[in-house]
Amino acid sequence: MITLTRKNKMAALLCGIAFLNLSLFALGGEMKNADGTSTKQNKIEIKDFAFNPQTLTVKSGENVTWINRDEEPHTVVSVQKQFKKSTALDTDQEFTITAGAPGTYTYFCSVHPKMTGTIVVVKP
Amino acid sequence: MSDYISHDHEHDGIDRRGFLHCMAWAGTGLLWTISGGVLASKTLAQIAKAGEPLPATDLSFLQISDSHIGFSKEANKDVTGTFKIALDRINAMPTPPSFLIHTGDITQLSKPEEFDTFDEVLKSCKTKDVFYVPGEHDVLNDGGKLYRDRYLKRVEAKGSGWYSFNKNGVHFVGLVNVLDLQAGGLGQLGDEQLEWLEADVKDLGTSTPIVVFAHIPLWAVYPQWGWGTSDSERALGYLKRFGSVTVLNGHIHQVLQKVEGNVTFHTAMSTAFPQPAPGTAPSPGPMKVPAEKLRSMLGLTSIQYMQGKSALAVVDSNLS
Repeated sequence: MITLTRKNKMAALLCGIAFLNLSLFALGGEMKNADGTSTKQNKIEIKDFAFNPQTLTVKSGENVTWINRDEEPHTVVSVQKQFKKSTALDTDQEFTITAGAPGTYTYFCSVHPKMTGTIVVVKP
Repeated sequence: MSDYISHDHEHDGIDRRGFLHCMAWAGTGLLWTISGGVLASKTLAQIAKAGEPLPATDLSFLQISDSHIGFSKEANKDVTGTFKIALDRINAMPTPPSFLIHTGDITQLSKPEEFDTFDEVLKSCKTKDVFYVPGEHDVLNDGGKLYRDRYLKRVEAKGSGWYSFNKNGVHFVGLVNVLDLQAGGLGQLGDEQLEWLEADVKDLGTSTPIVVFAHIPLWAVYPQWGWGTSDSERALGYLKRFGSVTVLNGHIHQVLQKVEGNVTFHTAMSTAFPQPAPGTAPSPGPMKVPAEKLRSMLGLTSIQYMQGKSALAVVDSNLS
């Protein structure tokens, strides 16, 4: 049994804040570049045979990165062949594309075709 | 108890819902105990230990599946080791099987070195004749070219690698249902393969026993997890007129079976790692079990055919 004292309450709070920041970052936080401009981090996590978030809205020219958190290989393949397909991503491997013209891009995992996702690209 | 499931459904009064019932499959000398529609029998290991030869059958062959060479995660850090154990079990059989069929996922990531390891380890198997169908893990990046170059040399494969052959009066059909999969869909055979299948079995007499093998189940085991083949009904339609059809699949790393008319569907265990029962986990990924339990959830399948008996006997053995 752990009792929360004033001191570890603060630690827990700080941990909580840190964790919150991390998860925000993972889901699309801003990252400062060396020249002071910022690049949006568009990450899609592959976990439990699903793309998360399943629908992601990004601006043209931004990067989108998938990372596989499963112990099973997955791929990222555009249904209409609108962007290059990934090779099979093993655990913790990433795949990045740069969002092109505005539009809706659906994709799936060609190994587990039940897994589908959508990228909505809007004007910058 | 290491060997637990089988069926030889002869429609001879077996109540699938639950009577305890004993019967002997004529000629095998194995005693099958049926409980709740599930047959239990002696294990290959038990038979080997007792030095008891298997009684003569017209044909016996073995199914191995889902070796996943290259996988090294928590669920089994030594898949090459457990694959070797499976081969040891085959080598220890007093009556060696005529041949093996491998129902796919030889490798984890379709890497040449993974195929190399598999081939090297397989050399220790006394049974040299092996027939393959690919799993999705074998065709990840090249549409199955490497797989076809290595494993279809001894058959007359068509299209993306399907084929048929005859052994002892039994017609075998190896199908490919892991390529050109459609977004949102399941395993798929495709029109070209289905047309070939229709023509392939057209001139066979209805008494010819048919064995169909493919990686993904050819029945809707659990479509939510992709465990099924979208156009399998069409394939089964071409096989409906036959008196005995045995469908052998892998992919789901556990034994499941279904009987529908004259068709027996059966899935084999993996030699690498178990997967959860349909719908019992957030996803069908590798299932971690205590180390001492692992080998009881890995295994292989022995299939026996005797002329005059319409159904084939299917016996699963685990590796514990």
